[in-house]
Amino acid sequence: MPEQFKLITKHIDELGYTPDIACYLRHGGYAGLKKALATPVRELAEGKKLSPQEVVREDVKASGLRGRGGAGFSAGLKWSFVDRRSGKPIYLICNADESEPGTFKDRQIIHKDPHQLVEGMIISCWANDVKLAYIYIRGEMPEGARLLNQALKEARENGFLGKNILGTGFDLEIHVHRGAGAYICGEETGLIESLEGKRAYPRIKPPYFPAVLGLYMCPTIVNNVETLCHVTHIVNMGAAEYAKLGTPNNTGTRIVSLSGDVMRPGYYEIQVGKVTLGELIHDANFGGGLRPGRTLKAIIPGGSSSKVLKAGEVFKLNRKGADGQMAKVDVPLLDLPYDFDSLQQAGTMSGSSAVIVLDDSRSMVETLGNLSEFYAHESCGQCTPCREGALWLAKATHRLAHGEGRKADADYLSHIAQNIQGRTICAFGEAASWPVLSFVKKFRDEFEAKGAADEAARAQGAGPVHGVKMAASPNHH
Amino acid sequence: MSAPAQPAPAPAPQAPPPVETMTVKVNGKTVQVPKTHPDWQGKPQPATMLQAARCAGVDIPHYCYHDKLPVAGNCRMCLVEFGTPMMDPATRKPVLNEDGSPKIAKSVLPYEPGTPRGAIACATPISPGMEIYADSKATLQMREAVLESLLINHPLDCPICDQAGECKLQEYSVQHGQAGSRFVEAKVHKPKAVDLGPRIVLDDERCVLCTRCIRFSKDIAGDDALGIVNRGSYNTISAFETGKFDNNYTLNTVDLCPVGALTSKDFRFKMRVWFLKESKSVCTSCGTGCNITIGSREGVVHCYEPRENDAVNGPWMCDSGRLNYKWIGRADRLREVLVRGTRSTWSAALQDLTVRLSKAPAGSVAVVASSRQTTEELYLLKKLAARTGATTDSVAREGEADRLLVAADRNPNSNGARLTGISFTEAGIRIPEIAAAIEAGTVKTLVVFGEDVTKHGIPAATLAKLETLFVSDILPNATTALATHLLPGAAHAEKRGTFVNVKGRLQKFMKAVEAPGDARPEWEFLHELVHGVTGQNGYSTIEGLFNQMAREVPAFAGLEWAKIGDTGVDVKI
Repeated sequence: MPEQFKLITKHIDELGYTPDIACYLRHGGYAGLKKALATPVRELAEGKKLSPQEVVREDVKASGLRGRGGAGFSAGLKWSFVDRRSGKPIYLICNADESEPGTFKDRQIIHKDPHQLVEGMIISCWANDVKLAYIYIRGEMPEGARLLNQALKEARENGFLGKNILGTGFDLEIHVHRGAGAYICGEETGLIESLEGKRAYPRIKPPYFPAVLGLYMCPTIVNNVETLCHVTHIVNMGAAEYAKLGTPNNTGTRIVSLSGDVMRPGYYEIQVGKVTLGELIHDANFGGGLRPGRTLKAIIPGGSSSKVLKAGEVFKLNRKGADGQMAKVDVPLLDLPYDFDSLQQAGTMSGSSAVIVLDDSRSMVETLGNLSEFYAHESCGQCTPCREGALWLAKATHRLAHGEGRKADADYLSHIAQNIQGRTICAFGEAASWPVLSFVKKFRDEFEAKGAADEAARAQGAGPVHGVKMAASPNHH
Repeated sequence: MSAPAQPAPAPAPQAPPPVETMTVKVNGKTVQVPKTHPDWQGKPQPATMLQAARCAGVDIPHYCYHDKLPVAGNCRMCLVEFGTPMMDPATRKPVLNEDGSPKIAKSVLPYEPGTPRGAIACATPISPGMEIYADSKATLQMREAVLESLLINHPLDCPICDQAGECKLQEYSVQHGQAGSRFVEAKVHKPKAVDLGPRIVLDDERCVLCTRCIRFSKDIAGDDALGIVNRGSYNTISAFETGKFDNNYTLNTVDLCPVGALTSKDFRFKMRVWFLKESKSVCTSCGTGCNITIGSREGVVHCYEPRENDAVNGPWMCDSGRLNYKWIGRADRLREVLVRGTRSTWSAALQDLTVRLSKAPAGSVAVVASSRQTTEELYLLKKLAARTGATTDSVAREGEADRLLVAADRNPNSNGARLTGISFTEAGIRIPEIAAAIEAGTVKTLVVFGEDVTKHGIPAATLAKLETLFVSDILPNATTALATHLLPGAAHAEKRGTFVNVKGRLQKFMKAVEAPGDARPEWEFLHELVHGVTGQNGYSTIEGLFNQMAREVPAFAGLEWAKIGDTGVDVKI
């Protein structure tokens, strides 16, 4: 029976575990930092030498750690892109703007074990020659900001932060910056703009890749809370040992935020790929199954922007067979291992590892209406396709969900969404269009039936198709 | 972002170094593109797809991109499908087709390999061998989709919109849009007729949120006064303080606005742009000499707009200069030839003046000219003065310079006056001398052009002592009231000529409208007067007159009217 594997959340819900530094130290805290700072120079076979910082950077790469924020990009590779020859300071920003609907993992760390994040950040900063770092925390987490500031103060008092950290001559300052309530501030270049005091308009790439032209046009690393926490564990365990967790190319552990129609919603830390979607939903250690009498309808597997998966779907996945050859294998939805690559092959993504479960009591039209209203509300409005398209989608789904639908709305919605994805400045275009594209594609019959029913009702005397007023208004943020 | 751009200095005369180029294909046509292009501040930057397309003669539609503003990349109108040479990951060598040509990998969505992916041409650098498909089916579809998005919430009020006729939404809709709309939802409503500042009105519903106005105000005018409020489709351009968008460059945002969102309070609802005749001219409000286009209809000037000249004003001009045109059409313009207060004719008045000036003893004539006159007129006045041994000068007009365009010298042609010998290093230095000579009775004839000398050191009481006060001007003033001979002159918009700006740029300007009543361009009647007084033949065309002047005035040596382009030439000052 699959179980949780608690690496990040090891102590988090233990009775008596508190977010102060004394408790963290009692549980072995900051050992990773001490170990990192004492890293010896590594002699390579070809006579090359790696500096202690380079050793840690190499180890993060070797650990296979992939970003836990959403894109799942190799953290070590991201660090390797940093322009270290520009002569400009290098900044590190912890992205704590956790806002993807369904996601509530980073807030557990921030609220219950802030020093784990601080330690991971200090190691990451040291390894990347960063002297100034920021934690950009979601504005709706004032308590988290308070706890982080407290943790930073304690770390400073204990010599882990500030000037001459642990006598090594390494200086680092970390500041907490609170967002003001916009989802787009979690997009890394939007976050950087916001941190600079501007409207969080994501930057165009090229030329503004954060690794080269980030915060204040300096090289910048932006990592998710959970990702930074893993760095400490990589240092503590060693890269090779860490890489044994999880599955190849999907190493380590992840905290899964499980919500929706399951008996035990919550956050569960798993070895990546060692637990299937079905186990997450049904096993007593995890979701504990659906509510009595209900059947599974759909799973949104990686935060609200990931493409929905339909109950009963079977996917063709590349698997290494017994003969060592790659082969396509049929994998039913509930047998999908919860990891980066399997979900990508299933046509969706593990995103921010937020699994939203929908049972047969849910209307897909109404669910999409809810999601689309969120994305219309959160579109920053910088670039045309998303600005106009996101609200258009929301109005159309709202209309369909509220009795003013048309049979043609399924195609209408898909066409609008297709004109957004891939044409915007940032990935919000995908976030706004993917739910629509996947909902309509996989539940087309439901959308068409709703539209047809509305048309039939109107034919019996209701008025013509006309815009239904949206709840969202310009002053409703 | 950085310091506001100054107009680029005039290009150095030496031969430019050889340009390094890159080979790309645009719509199937191979083109050599210089590897770098100047950015908005003139700094060389890697060439973009948009610039490569221009090199191939292909115009990629865009709203937010502007050559002289930082790149924003927000309108997405310039999305184009493209391809790059395929590389063998193992050998790092290009993969070839059977015919030996490089195999091209077309851009596709990473998560949906069957769907083309566009890149914004305005900000995407080219790479060797890149192919840009600016007219492919996928590109056209992307364009059409962006236009559809821009139009769904647009009020479609072209019939009452000032931008109609020069609107990029209209133009691109015709070229790339759809005939019908499938939008069945309620439109977003936004503020109308917002009083942004003393000269600007904003219609937020027409706005396409390209942010050109914001970038101009912040990065060019140095006034971070505009921004966006609200979010998503409700985004709204707003001034930091409503009604307080009030720097001296605000009207440039009206030019920059690709749609009818920003309108000029001075111009809105007055004239359909397609009725306007456009004449190339130069602004006369200061010594910078911003290049302008005069919009006129049926003899009435309706607006000035900046005309791009990187050697002078770039694409901008100041608000005070732009709005300084109404005097041209003033009802009290001088329109009659008056001799001692009685209406006369040009021939009678000029005959009388010819006789008087011919007979005047050496030293009894003085000339106060204006640096608002054209170089050709100043040159003729100098000839007249030389014949009569007259002391000459012009009136200085100083103000405060700003950091962008406005020069401290508020005369448009101080250098013209200097180079023709009318005035000296310090203009106006000899006016007290002239006043004293009138008082002393040595100067009996004073020639005044375009200035009210009673405000510049020659009081009315002094003027009263003259035997002859020969005045030419455009509008009445205390000096014209005292004139024995008053000849009505023409505004710059009513004639052709040249000015030499503070930096030595000689620029010609064209006639837009007719002078009122009997008024004539000064150079025309000065030519007749010079002919009468000196007996020398001159030229009765502006071309001939200019070329004659160029032969005689050293600073203009080698110049010919026909060879001065629309943006002028540098002369040594």
